[in-house]
Amino acid sequence: MPDTIYLDHNASTPVRPEVAEAMQQALRDLGANPSSAHRDGQRVRAAVEHAREQAAALVGAKPAELVFVSGGTEGDHLAIVGSAWAQRERSKHVAFAAIEHHAVHGAAHVLESLGWTHSVLPCEPSGFTRPDAVNDLPAGVSVLSLMLANNETGVMQPVAALAARARARGMRVHCDAVQGTGKVPVDFESLGVDYLVFSAHKFGGPKGAGALVVRRGAPLEPLFRGSAQEHGLRGGTENVPGIVGLGTAAELAARGLSDESARLLALRKGFEAELRLAVPDLVVHGEQAPRLPNTVNVSFPGARADHMLLALDARGVAASAGAACASGGVEPSPVLAAMGVPRELAICALRFSLGRTTHADDVAAAVTRIADAVRAVRAATGAPA
Amino acid sequence: MSRLRVLAAMSGGVDSAVAAALLAEQGHDVTGVTLKLACYGKTPLSPRACCTLDAMDDARRVAMRMGFTYHVVDAEDVFRERVMLPWVEGYATGRTLYPCASCNEHLKFGDLVRRMELAAADQLATGHYARVRQEPDGSWALLRARDAAKDQSYALATIPYSVLARVVFPLGELEKSEVRAHAQRLGLSVWDKPESQDLCFVPDGDYAGYITGTVGETRGSAPGAFVDDQGRVLGTHRGIVHYTIGQRKGLGIAAGSRLYVVAIDPAANTVRLGPREALERSGLVTARVNWLLPAPPVSGTRAHVRIRYNHAGAAASLWPREDGTVEVRFDEPQLAVTPGQLAVMYVGERCLGGGEIDRSLVASGHPDAEEDRAYGHADGEVARASGPGVARDAAVSAPAASRA
Repeated sequence: MPDTIYLDHNASTPVRPEVAEAMQQALRDLGANPSSAHRDGQRVRAAVEHAREQAAALVGAKPAELVFVSGGTEGDHLAIVGSAWAQRERSKHVAFAAIEHHAVHGAAHVLESLGWTHSVLPCEPSGFTRPDAVNDLPAGVSVLSLMLANNETGVMQPVAALAARARARGMRVHCDAVQGTGKVPVDFESLGVDYLVFSAHKFGGPKGAGALVVRRGAPLEPLFRGSAQEHGLRGGTENVPGIVGLGTAAELAARGLSDESARLLALRKGFEAELRLAVPDLVVHGEQAPRLPNTVNVSFPGARADHMLLALDARGVAASAGAACASGGVEPSPVLAAMGVPRELAICALRFSLGRTTHADDVAAAVTRIADAVRAVRAATGAPA
Repeated sequence: MSRLRVLAAMSGGVDSAVAAALLAEQGHDVTGVTLKLACYGKTPLSPRACCTLDAMDDARRVAMRMGFTYHVVDAEDVFRERVMLPWVEGYATGRTLYPCASCNEHLKFGDLVRRMELAAADQLATGHYARVRQEPDGSWALLRARDAAKDQSYALATIPYSVLARVVFPLGELEKSEVRAHAQRLGLSVWDKPESQDLCFVPDGDYAGYITGTVGETRGSAPGAFVDDQGRVLGTHRGIVHYTIGQRKGLGIAAGSRLYVVAIDPAANTVRLGPREALERSGLVTARVNWLLPAPPVSGTRAHVRIRYNHAGAAASLWPREDGTVEVRFDEPQLAVTPGQLAVMYVGERCLGGGEIDRSLVASGHPDAEEDRAYGHADGEVARASGPGVARDAAVSAPAASRA
């Protein structure tokens, strides 16, 4: 089999060599507890604080606003549950966009089980959430959660405009920036949100390391309590190698961000154009909306996603289904359903996500393999070729 | 054997796990696949049922352990249309189908074979106990498994002949105990998993409850009359879905002699009872037969014919007809020849093929035995007989629902 072409960077990215090197060094040399008073502990503390500066710089935040967490899911829970909880005397109602990640829905379920209710912001067929949709939310929403860029479609949301309206109505706003950070410039200040989470493994860092930015003064009850690490907002001894890896990856991502963003966009445009030549009846989801430069969510009508993944895997293309298939059944993704994509099309959705290791020849080879997989799947399942 | 690209069907059970694992151990490029056959939602399931989420985890663990890739492919629609609904339709109209055979025919050796090209696979492997051999004349033969007690060739009789050249049954030469030993040796967590015994989609074995409750089938559940061979009413039955040919238990009839279900008439909604002798049939006529031969056998071919999964087989002669059906004439009368079950024909260890039993025949010389009579419910042809289970309550039939 040919070498696999990895087009699944929205799922996770390869760790960058410099990050691996920094983490190995941390594992080797930073064995003490950063909370310890002795000089070994202080050395570790210094490494953690250096990483905090590196990570904060990537998203335009102040280092003191940054709380290290285990990743996107924890950050979403801390922001949404922690903020709602801190505001429980005022309101027990939260809101989030229809296309949010499972982690946000999960946090909302936690609150629901504790007596909270929630509202959902609908999205347009383009995948875009209209800023004035905020006006339709009921009064008394304590926290509104908004995704910066959708993980499945790559559609970028007008978070700054939504947040301005929401904050004017007294809401606190959380931004899940996991998928956007490291791919496009993210600026906490200009987004005007109260909380923002990102995750290292989406931009060349390790899995299990992320950060939640918490605006000074924003209400937040910690979920993990203990020895008051992270300003008391996240107890537990720090994941030092992970944090060091996060910091290094953040610095590397920030360094070439606009060039890399432009390179990916050009690659993606070429990829889409060539795919369309090879499979003219394809449908790109979210095509009309602003999108991440690296993401293509596409349906090849008649070629169901589970068949395609099998065929692509055999042909050496790593991608994800744009449909939910954790349980093995092919169900349309809730994100595509919220965009009004018909079921027959939604169950054929695949997500190809490019990244730092993707080059023009990979894209060209991938198109050939994908087109062959589409032909094979359509032939095997009797769909028109 | 040179290195093959093998698509291995994995149910989550120990047999298919070992089949895939042995091929991987031999160095073949294996891709494991579980066909997701039915959506069970959150209903509690027997650990014996396959196709559950737990079963997929088991299969995935085997793949990880052996270092090959694994996928789940959704086949619920095909399963529903080609296996489950026909089975329900059979019950509702008085036929006891054998869904494991149709599942093999349409899913594992139908849908999955068509998907081989997806995985660019040369061979399809399953954990069935059966063997495939190329004969000196170049034709392919399906053979019984070496382990006669585990032989599953009966359930494979309706797979397409053309598939034989592309399948591999790694367990065909093994005893079940050897399979478990291989699983243990290879460190597969499923090594001591219990056998699945019943239909995978009705793990609690309550067929009538599944058909009327889960599927919502209304036909076949209205009470009606138990009658004798003269049409005299003997009592009230609970609905034809509760009965099968040969059934003795659960009739709720007090009679001087033992009574068995002899026939089921869905049109009249009656269940006919009679003594054991009334179950005897001298032959049967199949629906269209699937031959695992390059050409149908000649008229009068001597064979052993199995009429249920656990039936040992009876000596018979085969009389193929123009329309693709076969008349089977047994040397000795057989009990409970049940329409809908498969008649599978063997010469020695070779499986010639099989087809659904359309109707049974009484001894020649019987006035109702005329073949060209309109069949239906003439006494001579016990047509459309059925009942719950795959003859599982039948006093004269061994449980036939064993997974295969």
